[in-house]
Amino acid sequence: MRVNMSVNGVEVSDEIEPRLLLVHFLRENLRLTGTHWGCDTSNCGTCTVLMDGMPVKSCTVLAAMASGSQITTVEGLGANGELDPVQQGFIEMHGLQCGFCTSGMMLSARWLLDHNPNPSEKEIREAISGQICRCTGYENIVRSIKWAAAHSQNSGVQQGVEA
Amino acid sequence: MTDVKDKPDGVGFGRVTRKEDARFVRGKGNYVDDIVLPGMLYGAVLRSPYAHAKIISIDTSEAEKHPKVKAVITGALLETLNLAWIPSLSHDVIAVLATDKVRYQGQEVAFVVAEDRYSARDALELIEVDYEVLPAVVDAKRALEPDAAIIRDDIENKKDNYIFDWGSGDEQATEAVFKKADVIVEQDMLYPRVHPAPMETCGSVADMDPISGKLTIYCTTQAPHAHRTLYALVAGLPEHKLRVYSPDIGGGFGNKVGIYPGYVLSVVGSIVTKRPVKWVEDRSENLMSTSFARDYHMKGKIAATKEGKILGLRVDVLADHGAFNNTAQPTKFPAGFFHVFSGSYDMEAAYCAVKGVYTNKAPGGVAYACSFRVTEAVYAVERMVDRLALELDMDPAELRMKNLLRPEQFPYTSPTGWEYDSGEYPRALRLAMDIAGYEDLRKEQAEKRANGELMGIGLSFFTETVGAGPKKHMDILGLGMADGCEVRVHPTGKAVVRLSVQTQGQGHETTFAQIVSEVTGIPTADIEVVHGDTDNTPFGLGTYGSRSTPVSGAAAAVASKRIVEKARLIASAMLECAPEDLEWNLGRWQVKGDPSAGKTIAEIALAAHASLELPDGIEGHLDASCVYDPPNLTFPFGAYICVVDVDRGTGKVKVRRFIAVDDCGPRINPMIVEGQVHGGLADGVGMALMESIAFDEDGNCLGGSFMDYLLPTSLECPSWETGETVTPSPHHPLGLKGVGESATVGSPPAVVNAVLDALKPFGVKHADMPLTPAQVWRAMQGRPMRTDLAIK
Repeated sequence: MRVNMSVNGVEVSDEIEPRLLLVHFLRENLRLTGTHWGCDTSNCGTCTVLMDGMPVKSCTVLAAMASGSQITTVEGLGANGELDPVQQGFIEMHGLQCGFCTSGMMLSARWLLDHNPNPSEKEIREAISGQICRCTGYENIVRSIKWAAAHSQNSGVQQGVEA
Repeated sequence: MTDVKDKPDGVGFGRVTRKEDARFVRGKGNYVDDIVLPGMLYGAVLRSPYAHAKIISIDTSEAEKHPKVKAVITGALLETLNLAWIPSLSHDVIAVLATDKVRYQGQEVAFVVAEDRYSARDALELIEVDYEVLPAVVDAKRALEPDAAIIRDDIENKKDNYIFDWGSGDEQATEAVFKKADVIVEQDMLYPRVHPAPMETCGSVADMDPISGKLTIYCTTQAPHAHRTLYALVAGLPEHKLRVYSPDIGGGFGNKVGIYPGYVLSVVGSIVTKRPVKWVEDRSENLMSTSFARDYHMKGKIAATKEGKILGLRVDVLADHGAFNNTAQPTKFPAGFFHVFSGSYDMEAAYCAVKGVYTNKAPGGVAYACSFRVTEAVYAVERMVDRLALELDMDPAELRMKNLLRPEQFPYTSPTGWEYDSGEYPRALRLAMDIAGYEDLRKEQAEKRANGELMGIGLSFFTETVGAGPKKHMDILGLGMADGCEVRVHPTGKAVVRLSVQTQGQGHETTFAQIVSEVTGIPTADIEVVHGDTDNTPFGLGTYGSRSTPVSGAAAAVASKRIVEKARLIASAMLECAPEDLEWNLGRWQVKGDPSAGKTIAEIALAAHASLELPDGIEGHLDASCVYDPPNLTFPFGAYICVVDVDRGTGKVKVRRFIAVDDCGPRINPMIVEGQVHGGLADGVGMALMESIAFDEDGNCLGGSFMDYLLPTSLECPSWETGETVTPSPHHPLGLKGVGESATVGSPPAVVNAVLDALKPFGVKHADMPLTPAQVWRAMQGRPMRTDLAIK
């Protein structure tokens, strides 16, 4: 079957098996390997991408279901060669170690800040609670998102990803 | 070491952001599953649904007819290549594909190679295996009973499930102190089977070049050189025909030390099909078949005077090693470093005895940031000290303070022969108590107890044992545990450092550049770290057991010091003075008494490559290398305090606060050290409260997905409170001790001690991990359960 979608603002179209998962479509058909895969059961969230502005776990979304959607992956964060404040925050506050969960964490953080520019620590922890990190113990991810919140307002960067 | 304040920005130790992050935050990491080679095929493994069964027949004919299948490999084919069995890391063997019978659920039975990932999986369904199911041995305590099924009948004349007996310490002296003790406390404890569960599962891409005969294996390995040597020995290939390349690794925690059948199968698949073959396991395969951790059944016995002076400790262990003895640890120590179990306390005598047995479970045992089983040792002693405090009705902090080793006792020889390098233990415990506000917490607890609320405060004090290790004592499969390092300063004064160790998130690309920078004065930004590729790095045993900083970090420091010394001789030729007339001012050799006359390391590097006439015996260029054989292990330590609230109605534990004071010597990069500690604390909360790989009576794994094997999320973890003391190692060239596993080792007993402190009003003395709501609730009813088996 044929699917058409917008991925990071680029229109893509491909002939696929109906059972193909979105995570595999992104990673293998489009070679966007920044989206990772970790569990198959929607528990770990390392495959999180934004679909029409909402975080989804791309291991449990069929590529066919995403047809007609706008998808944002880690490769779509930031604009004009500049890092998104979320990306910068993860660097500044050591929000990553092995880097495997990082793409998904940053996309959830982007979604949170788009909807709540000044989240509390509790709101940040809730926003990332569907995603597992084995390296950081979450503290520095929370600090990274706080850093991004503080610096988004100062810089006035608007990272609209919604349709 | 130069004080940070004296150094220009960007040179040496201190907080700097990581070099590797630039690619990770852009999604440009390069993990094994990101690698695609021209013509690459995909492999998938058929696994046993049974824990113990004879293989009667395997019919692959339908799978072979699948239009996209290129090869189906069985144990029978591997036997013709002499690859059905390979050596384990502990002088046993492991089956690559089962030939005679399967010995645990999830064991590898066949391997399909197909044109794409989905087709390979489809074809697994077409393989028919006829099994004759045998009784499973699931419980280590029953493994040695005379009527237990024999798991390892592949070993000639094997009539039981026994592996080894091993002991350390003076048994008679320990018995003698027990005779004179006022108080003796005994406690059975289970450290349940858990799994490191890195976010990235294990995988490999094997590429056998049929023309050159060179095999390249891209692999999720923490120890690329050790892997290459093992492949060379097993396959009879010379090292120059083997390249092991470990790209970015999505977490390891010991899970990626061993060689798994899937890696070997991708190699065989590439040889058979003459095309590159990728194999990446799924999460269930990872949890059910790769290296687990712990599974130690411990019986502790502690002796003390009525005033609370600890006299001695004995621990008897039944160690469940699964179906093959495949623990990754130094040869001489079948129980790893468990015999450091006397911990941080001054006592007259200690003795431990460990018995290893086979069961119908996945092999492994040394993983999950355990520092070769120091986790189990610290858990044993820290639980026993708390049990003693309960018996003596003494505050656990006071009891610890009374018995901690004193600074003047270092270097300290433990009752089992370890020489602790340095420590100031009471200072660390006092700092942790100050940060926690210990007295106030106890007051709050008393008030809450009066109201019927369950609040608990738990302590642990740990002594880590890392940096394995001196070659004369420590080897893995005959390979001494030394590590090499090469530093080369380019003509422009920039440098490259090549390592034998391999990061899995620890930030080596940054911290090793900082080590070289600290010694040479070359800015960290100008130093490139090369690692993970056996074709481009010196030999060494890899990253696990928190050994990178104490061993490879020492190699980098020594090689850097050799650069500085060579630079001195070249500078003396440039300045036409004697080397003794020069003094080092980080990054520059200058004339004593005339600091304006000097040469920077960059100027010296250029001269070393130019036409300058060098002193006799000095070759050109500015390179140095080192193979570092550590004289001793290093002994980081720390004091942890956990505060929990327990819901009386549901048994749910909320970790309210966690205070961690770590002493790992000087910190290369405080930001990274703190990150390492945070991660280990989350591990501790997970193990204490949530994680368990349990089995039912037929050997079915009950922790085979993240729906059953629970890991802590952002909501289970508090905001960690950290502190530090600095006690340098006297034998490491920069005083560094290592920190990678400290928090994983030290935190579980603090959480468990806190929960049991909360349950004190119920008279609960002990309950095993994981302290799930069900387990805590049952403990409140006076009947905590055994957590490693399904409840009947």
